[in-house]
Amino acid sequence: MAATTLEAQRRRAELKRVWGRVSLYVLAITAALLAAFPFLWSTITMFKQDQDLYNRDNNPFWFTLPPTLEHIRYLFENTAFLTFVRNTMVVGLAVVAITLLISLPAAYSLARLAGRWGERMGIAIFLVYLIPPTLLFLPMSRVVASLGLLESLWSLILVYPTITIPISVWLLMGFFKGIPRDIEEQAMVDGYTRAGAVMRTVLPLVFPGIVAVIVFSFTLSAHEFIYALSFISSTANKTISVGVPTALVRGDVFFWQSLQAAAVFVALPIAIVFNLFLDRFIAGFTMGAVKG
Amino acid sequence: MSVVEVRGLTKEFGDMVAVDHVDLASREGEFLVLLGPSGCGKTTLLRMIAGLEEPTSGEIYIGGEKMNGLPPRIRKVAMVFQSYALYPHMTVARNIAFPLRAEGVDKAEQDKRVRWAAELLGIDRYLDRRPRQLSGGERQRVALARALVREPNVFLLDEPLSNLDAKLRAAARDDLLEFQRRVGITTIYVTHDQVEAMGMGDRIAVMRDGKIRQFGTPEEIYSDPADTFVATFIGSPPMNLLEGEHRVVGFRPENFKPIGEFTERDVPSTFRFHVNRSEYLGSDRFLYGVVEGYDENTKVIARVPVGSTIAEGATYEFGVAAADLCYFDPRTGKRLRGDA
Amino acid sequence: MSDEALAAGVASRRPRRSLLDSERLLAVGGLTPAVVYIVALVGFPFVLAVLMAFSDVTVGDPSLDFVGLETLRQVLEDPVFWRALRNTLFFTVVSNALVVILATALALILTKDFKFKWLIRLLVLLPWTTPVSLATISWLWTLDTIFSPIDWVLRQLGLLEGNMIWLGQPRLALASVIIVHTWRIVPLAAVIVMAGMLAIPTEIRDASDIDGAGFWRRTFEIEIPLMAPIIGVAVLFGVILSVTDMTVVHVLTRGGPTNYTQVLASWAFYKGIEGGDLAQGAGTALFLLPVLVAVAALILRFARRTEVL
Repeated sequence: MAATTLEAQRRRAELKRVWGRVSLYVLAITAALLAAFPFLWSTITMFKQDQDLYNRDNNPFWFTLPPTLEHIRYLFENTAFLTFVRNTMVVGLAVVAITLLISLPAAYSLARLAGRWGERMGIAIFLVYLIPPTLLFLPMSRVVASLGLLESLWSLILVYPTITIPISVWLLMGFFKGIPRDIEEQAMVDGYTRAGAVMRTVLPLVFPGIVAVIVFSFTLSAHEFIYALSFISSTANKTISVGVPTALVRGDVFFWQSLQAAAVFVALPIAIVFNLFLDRFIAGFTMGAVKG
Repeated sequence: MSVVEVRGLTKEFGDMVAVDHVDLASREGEFLVLLGPSGCGKTTLLRMIAGLEEPTSGEIYIGGEKMNGLPPRIRKVAMVFQSYALYPHMTVARNIAFPLRAEGVDKAEQDKRVRWAAELLGIDRYLDRRPRQLSGGERQRVALARALVREPNVFLLDEPLSNLDAKLRAAARDDLLEFQRRVGITTIYVTHDQVEAMGMGDRIAVMRDGKIRQFGTPEEIYSDPADTFVATFIGSPPMNLLEGEHRVVGFRPENFKPIGEFTERDVPSTFRFHVNRSEYLGSDRFLYGVVEGYDENTKVIARVPVGSTIAEGATYEFGVAAADLCYFDPRTGKRLRGDA
Repeated sequence: MSDEALAAGVASRRPRRSLLDSERLLAVGGLTPAVVYIVALVGFPFVLAVLMAFSDVTVGDPSLDFVGLETLRQVLEDPVFWRALRNTLFFTVVSNALVVILATALALILTKDFKFKWLIRLLVLLPWTTPVSLATISWLWTLDTIFSPIDWVLRQLGLLEGNMIWLGQPRLALASVIIVHTWRIVPLAAVIVMAGMLAIPTEIRDASDIDGAGFWRRTFEIEIPLMAPIIGVAVLFGVILSVTDMTVVHVLTRGGPTNYTQVLASWAFYKGIEGGDLAQGAGTALFLLPVLVAVAALILRFARRTEVL
């Protein structure tokens, strides 16, 4: 008798396991479709011919007329899209350089040297991250104007580090704290100065953190909208974030296929790079949070 | 209270075989120790018995019933983890009551049983505290109370003493043994510490590379090791092993004595022992040296009374009684029997 | 040689401590650039923002003349400001209520093991990793007045004739903005909650298994209570993103129809940059400050509590 109830329970446990797996897959796929839905729609759109797209009765998820690459060609050849890409790269790389130069020493100082006082300082720097561009864009445009940088990419290169430095210091602080002091102390005992010891032993070890900071600083500056919208109005100096939604529209006419192609071409590479570093981001976040 | 038995139990993680065709059966109410170095598969074996891990092949029986495919709840096993795994956001009382709530026991009965378990372990004063307000020893008792409260058939303990400092550990070992004797529940205890295993186990299963190398009482394992691994893993200092032409000779340091200490009747095997260093340990003296005629890199240790007058740098006639010699196959390390 | 001479000799032969060995100097030197940068380009503009709100500065008349509360009075007199304030609070509360639930669920899913996880993760994170303005462009097309595929599906199901006109009707436009906000914030919040999920020791989860807890009991009595502080942090990030964001509104509805979906951030932009009234723009944005201060205080409290984990 006991055996049969156990058998029934075994079957129930097995059923539960299978049911759990099935619902996990269903939920995961649903989540992915909901998240990616607009982009899937964009991806289909960018290959559609005008007569196919602009017919309310055609199945929007299928090609009634054969797909075409014409709109993608239009995006690259007849619009300023590539200029926007170039501008975004220039700004992004410059911002990454400034961010690293300033936040590496700051994060190291906060993690190692400043003690209790450093902890408070770290929190203060993190709080700066919470001050949004929305609050600052008006005075900032005045500052930028008085420096004569309006309409110039330099305005963005100067201002974006205010967004990237706080978060980078916070992230790097977590990575620095994860490295035992003994390592650089050993190098100091071996005859290096503190700075020399850090350069030779600690920096290589926080390399993953540095890569994370590069990725995040670059994407944050590619994401930024308000400053770019406020400071720059000439098409030649716009970044992707502002250029695509404002300059790819002629009057009231939207070039929908080219516009969606632009969104997809930007979204995919960033998403892929981000995914590669997601685990590092999570690690950095918990390290910062646990020991902050 | 039940017997735990596993037959041909195997667990593979990818290419790695963590547990390799293990057969093992406990006795009723026994304190059974799984002993081995880290990575030997002892914890995986325990987790399969618990139902936290499904075996790749083989069967698990508890109380004569096959348990494969059943969740831990139905196996009626309780487990104490290395970190105790107390729920940090719950009070001690709620921690202990958690398995009862999962079982759907009514509130009054829950309170009664929590009180009973807490009193049994002497933690009834702490019922309203949170785990982080307790010391390591107190946490261990809470974990035991939580394990005990739903009257399991089997206790599974995964290195529960390794997070305590040395002084506390000795006391906790006593408490744990006394507690187990009192409740009489079959207990499987995983450890890598051979002293703990020898002191606590009714029987010990020594594991390495996913296999059980020897299963027996502490006395059997110590004086009658099945292979060179068990011989050197158990005992501190370990058994001396001298590699001969056809076989490896093994003997315990305390059986390796100056020839003069043997009577004429028990004729020992003799060795010329060159003493390099003598170490005074208060209760004993360890002599470190080499035996002439064997590889000079093979260190041999003798454990002699403190009063002995042996000098460093000199060579002496030492002997081992025939009954205290073990022989092993030099190739497989397995014990050679019968032809000694 | 006397003892003193000997000591002096030793002292003089000891190599001088390099400046680079001095901890204090290194600490100060390391921090100074960051502090200077932040004071100059966050602190100063912040003070300027407050000053502007109490002045009558415009693009046409860029001198900062102090006018006391006059500018703020003008800001408060505009009914659109009140609508923007209400919308900001409404958007924030509704989207973040959804964010808590969806992000926690998503984190629970993404911390399990399954096949093609990398692909699922890639797709799920798209809303967060894509620049907001481009993601919103995608939505703008998805919610198109005539060609929305959602409308097409509804028509095929016989639930709709004609079009929903998502962005052209006040209530639907509000709902659209909320949906896009939620959609965008959930992945970020989920990533933060995932960090908390992975910080729960495996032994705790095993213990709940041994103790006979099923999926629901484990999730609601063990995992979620343990993650509560970090879920709090995730939501606060979400609140900051939704309170201060103007991109979604700007790209999707430009505040319309007729200012119906205006939020504080977008209203400040239209007043200050497009309308040229810098003072009123700054005054409008200043009303974000109390929310931000409250959020910052809460984040600090939660962060301290996560240490318990």
